[in-house]
Amino acid sequence: MSNFYANEPTGPLEDRWEKHLFNLSLIAPQNRKNHKVIVVGTGLAGASLCATLGEAGYQVSSFCFQDSPRRAHSIAAQGGINATKDYQNDGDSVWRLFYDTIKGGDFRARESNVYRLAELSGNIIDQAVAQGVPFAREYSGYLANRSFGGTQVSRTFYARGQTGQQLLLGAYQAHSRQLENDNVTHQSRAEMLELIMVDNKARGIVVRDLVSGEISAHTADCVVLCTGGYSNAFYLSTNAKGCNTSATWRAYKQGAYFANPSFTQIHPTCVPPTGENQSKLTLMSESLRNDGRIWAPKNSADCAKNPADIKEEDRDYFLERMYPAFANLVPRDVASRAVKHICDKGHGVGSKIHGQRLGVYLDFSAIIEKLGLEAVAEKYGNLFDMYQSITGEDPYQTPMKIYPAPHYTMGGLWVDYNLMTTIEGLFAGGEANFSDHGANRLGASALMQGLADGYFVLPKTIANYLAKSVLTDVDDTHPQVIQSLKTVKDRIHQLMNAPAPKHSPEYYHQKLGKILWEACGMSREAERLNRAIDEIAELEMHFWKNIKVTGVDKDLNQTLERAGRVADFIELGKLMCQDALMREESCGAHARVEYLSESGEAKRDDDDFSFVGAWEYRSEQPMLHKEQLNYEFIEPTVRNYK
Amino acid sequence: MNFTLHIWRQKNSNIQGEFVTYRIDNIDEDTSFLEMLDQLNEQLIAQDQDCIVFDYDCREGICGACSLVINGYPHGDKKATTTCQLYMRDYKHQTELWVEPWRAKSFPVIKDLTVDRSSFDSIIQSGGYVSVHTGSAPEANALLVDKHSADEAFNSATCIGCGACVAVCPNASATLFVAAKITHLSLLPQGKIEEKARAQKMLNQMQSEGFGSCSNHRHCERVCPKGISVSNITKMNQVLGWT
Repeated sequence: MSNFYANEPTGPLEDRWEKHLFNLSLIAPQNRKNHKVIVVGTGLAGASLCATLGEAGYQVSSFCFQDSPRRAHSIAAQGGINATKDYQNDGDSVWRLFYDTIKGGDFRARESNVYRLAELSGNIIDQAVAQGVPFAREYSGYLANRSFGGTQVSRTFYARGQTGQQLLLGAYQAHSRQLENDNVTHQSRAEMLELIMVDNKARGIVVRDLVSGEISAHTADCVVLCTGGYSNAFYLSTNAKGCNTSATWRAYKQGAYFANPSFTQIHPTCVPPTGENQSKLTLMSESLRNDGRIWAPKNSADCAKNPADIKEEDRDYFLERMYPAFANLVPRDVASRAVKHICDKGHGVGSKIHGQRLGVYLDFSAIIEKLGLEAVAEKYGNLFDMYQSITGEDPYQTPMKIYPAPHYTMGGLWVDYNLMTTIEGLFAGGEANFSDHGANRLGASALMQGLADGYFVLPKTIANYLAKSVLTDVDDTHPQVIQSLKTVKDRIHQLMNAPAPKHSPEYYHQKLGKILWEACGMSREAERLNRAIDEIAELEMHFWKNIKVTGVDKDLNQTLERAGRVADFIELGKLMCQDALMREESCGAHARVEYLSESGEAKRDDDDFSFVGAWEYRSEQPMLHKEQLNYEFIEPTVRNYK
Repeated sequence: MNFTLHIWRQKNSNIQGEFVTYRIDNIDEDTSFLEMLDQLNEQLIAQDQDCIVFDYDCREGICGACSLVINGYPHGDKKATTTCQLYMRDYKHQTELWVEPWRAKSFPVIKDLTVDRSSFDSIIQSGGYVSVHTGSAPEANALLVDKHSADEAFNSATCIGCGACVAVCPNASATLFVAAKITHLSLLPQGKIEEKARAQKMLNQMQSEGFGSCSNHRHCERVCPKGISVSNITKMNQVLGWT
């Protein structure tokens, strides 16, 4: 029944997308207004898709849970967006971006998709510039570039440290322009709580109006989820507080396969948690590792001391000690694991949380001594200010404290080359799908993928689907619509009326986060994963018995919103652990302790695990399907950064 | 740290609201302002009460969702900061805090501390964009932009649409918000072509949403978390041919 076929074109890699485009069916301009598309989420992928489909003349209805489409979490992306313009004449090419992305993903992504992404990257910049996105410029007036981690060319376009904000506002404005057109509508403060299926096809969604609490059904010819990632399963992450898996999880439970749920990226340089009531973590740009030295006290007894009182010989510059060649510049995953290891051994610094200090020092005293305060301020001033505003400590005087935090999920809904899930008529774009980053995402590639999906891929593949499908009429009186509404109302009733209400959604979310962080975070091992699966099952049972939601459901009720999202995170958390347990290898961000080299590098097993792990929902146990990855153009090698 | 909190509670836009006093104890100084409210809400859940509703999302000062007036100041009295970037150590010497929603006719209170800012979306929809066809664009470097203009355009484009400028304005005017978008797009060749029509449409929309006019109080630039200057308003007036 499910459509688990990648639909990759064949032939030379560089011709595949063009050939595929030619083979896709079109819909004539005058007929487009007869087709309705629902888009959930208005981040880079969702907003750019709405703008493009609206421009083409389709009926589009978009929804977001935020109070304005402009606030989607894409807005928080700092660094930049990759594109193969080769303006710097440093040998960049589509092929090189393709290769870097495949290698960065540790050979766990589909070649055809990644090549297409690289191919479309340049056009994104053209589009954004035409919209008035104020990218950084050279004095000549030409666009500026900078280099970014994991590459040897300067291909990153940026707008100071707010590239995500500027690209999103560009897409938001293009979307806003379409809203003047009667075919396009948008509803903010609206959360998708169910996917409506008719004849095994996605035909609509059930939405809760977050202000009135009203539940309504919206039908269409197809549905697109651009609802972002699920790092918040860990409770503490760099994601916005509202980011959640509910839309993708409802799709999973209706039959869409969930791919590589355990592929989650942990960023090494974040401001550490300071207390048990901390609500989120903030990323500090990775560029700080260029000049800062990372250390922890050699003696546990020194951990509570003022760092200035710890003698030089009592400091352990552990990255320099463990990885003499790359030292403080080892890749993200290696650095993150080393920091965790040091803190687990009782050498962490900072406030105690659950009895453990979670932080190490990132020290700039050497570079300040060498270059002078002013030169360092020029380079890192804004980051130092940001750090000081969060922690109240002056990094010019005392070393920063850092700790890794979850911030991106490579896993997501499985999609074919058309970005369609295993459910016909259900598409997924941006971080919500699994498509392009394999087991690890390179910096400045998330914005690129979201916009490539929304501006250039989905509009074409959706048209093809609409042209080829024979769809029955579905309106609000259809039995399946009525059933979906009932499912949502029943679930809300259950959340509001637990048998023995005792604990808030936050309580359960924190518990889940702790389990996942320990078992399915930076390092994973079979025994702990097995235990976590049991613990989560127990947590789930307690949740439904003891969840306490105050207030009423026909109202703006943020406690109820959270409860529903946490319920879905609990189920997803279990699948993340099952996926991590199944994958008996280390690759990219997935580090199984049993499969790491002595220096902490991933030992990939291409013979047995060169596949995408796509999970199908079953009421008892999820069922694994494997999409074998065939490398026709690149030979997988050891991802060696020594 | 212990605090006495007077928090605006309002069932919905049709019912008169009031300050309700709460007490919260043992707050760590590294706790953020919103985390302090989170803790208060946990207390309320424990007491079977409905939580205090307030908007937030990114909690790192970029999404523009958070919106509280604290002791009379939108986003608190710390300069160039959003509410989510305030920490309780900033309130060491103020143990009594008054927390209110944005107050403006065009931002009706939805519930408690949450207001409806969709009027800002309507203003952008009225013309706050470049009318380029999505999906077709010329080569990016075909049109050069001098660095100074690009930097200035960025400074205007950095607006997060939070609405603090409206909340602080005696006229509840959205002129700084409107002017920032007009300036951003006017400074770039892509947006220059339709600048006058854009400015007129956006300003008309601002008025029909019920916002007041600018009468040069300049409070807006003082509370703007992104430090957007009133020189944007001067630029807007030039675009409109008013100067």
